Amino acid sequence: MLNILNLAGLRGDQRLFQGVGFTLVAGELLFLEGKNGAGKTTLLRMLCGLTPPDAGEIRWQGEEIRRLGGDFHAQLCYLGHQNAVKEDLTPLENLLASAHLAGEPLGEDAALAVLEQVGMAGREDLACRYLSQGQKRRAALARLARERRPLWILDEPFVALDTQAMAWLSGVIGAHLQRGGLVVMTTHQAVEISAAPARRLRLGA
Amino acid sequence: MLRIVFYVIARDLRLALRRPADVCSVLFFFILVASLFPLGVGPEAEILRRLAPGVIWVGALLATMLSLPRMFAEDFHDGALEQLALAPYPLGLTVLGKTLAHWLVSGLPLALIAPLLGLQFDLPPEALATLVFSVFIGTPALSSIGAIGAALTLGLRGGGVLLSLLVLPLYIPVLIFGTGAVDACVGGASPAAHLFLLAALTVGGLTFAPWAAAAALRIALE
Repeated sequence: MLNILNLAGLRGDQRLFQGVGFTLVAGELLFLEGKNGAGKTTLLRMLCGLTPPDAGEIRWQGEEIRRLGGDFHAQLCYLGHQNAVKEDLTPLENLLASAHLAGEPLGEDAALAVLEQVGMAGREDLACRYLSQGQKRRAALARLARERRPLWILDEPFVALDTQAMAWLSGVIGAHLQRGGLVVMTTHQAVEISAAPARRLRLGA
Repeated sequence: MLRIVFYVIARDLRLALRRPADVCSVLFFFILVASLFPLGVGPEAEILRRLAPGVIWVGALLATMLSLPRMFAEDFHDGALEQLALAPYPLGLTVLGKTLAHWLVSGLPLALIAPLLGLQFDLPPEALATLVFSVFIGTPALSSIGAIGAALTLGLRGGGVLLSLLVLPLYIPVLIFGTGAVDACVGGASPAAHLFLLAALTVGGLTFAPWAAAAALRIALE
């Protein structure tokens, strides 16, 4: 369960948002909405613990996330604006590396199967710097296929994807929710994710 | 826990191997700086022998400096640093891994090439051995202190110059004991005291610096 109490965010002396509060329980999806510059990414980074909140509290299973530290990170999967895909490595190496870093090493066969699912078959051994924007995004998203940590925080996951990949990602997110996972995400595209009634939170409204 | 250190080392080494030019440029910079002095000062063996430890050590310092900005910059820009910071391991251990990887690709080669440069300065064999050993045990301290500077200047415009202003003064003890060891050897004394102090700096640096650098990285990521 993710508990947000009275959260406020500043950028310089400009107030981005204040008094944001919600509770997300297992199996729930929250769409974070708002125009450009409304503070969506800032809020997501606060939820991860990367940026300290200017006011308010973020609790995971009733405990402040700062106090949980590494225990919270073991429950969290964050996909940021940047892909975190190393340009010099191949999609396969990137996927194996991120699985390793998450503490759940993946076999090479399993990784190849995942890459095939995201439509990267035949591109596994090409350095990522030769891939298109959408393909890089796919390579970054591939890790979600095997991700079993309960809380997913996704910043614009659908950007640069074609309809096929968007359908795949919606399916993966839906399956995660059905397993009892939690998802907080931002998106500007209209996406349908079955399996769960989506809740919406609008920043700067 | 220690698995993460080895994992980060393996990862950074693999990335470095994909870009051998980065490693080579540091090494060639070191060779060039140290080779300019015999050409500039002239061939009197006595003067060169006096100059050698200082010149080679200053060259090693500058070469290490040159490679520092790359330590975290790329991971910072492509978002990989966020993922490292959010991994369920202490960030200090990750930084320790990156520090050791940095030493393997930019400190160790300096130690290996140092005897060749020492020959240009007419250093006696036992002084050459001391030179290699002092660079070998001293450069990890340079990498670990440099990690703090690299983390503090991460994402700043013109961070490179600021980085050298921050880090070079902190390198002075390493320079003093490193050249001291070789000087002692040239003068016929035992270099042991200098080498022990150099080793102490390295052990201290590798123990404490990663945690300071990790704190600086967290601030840079905010």
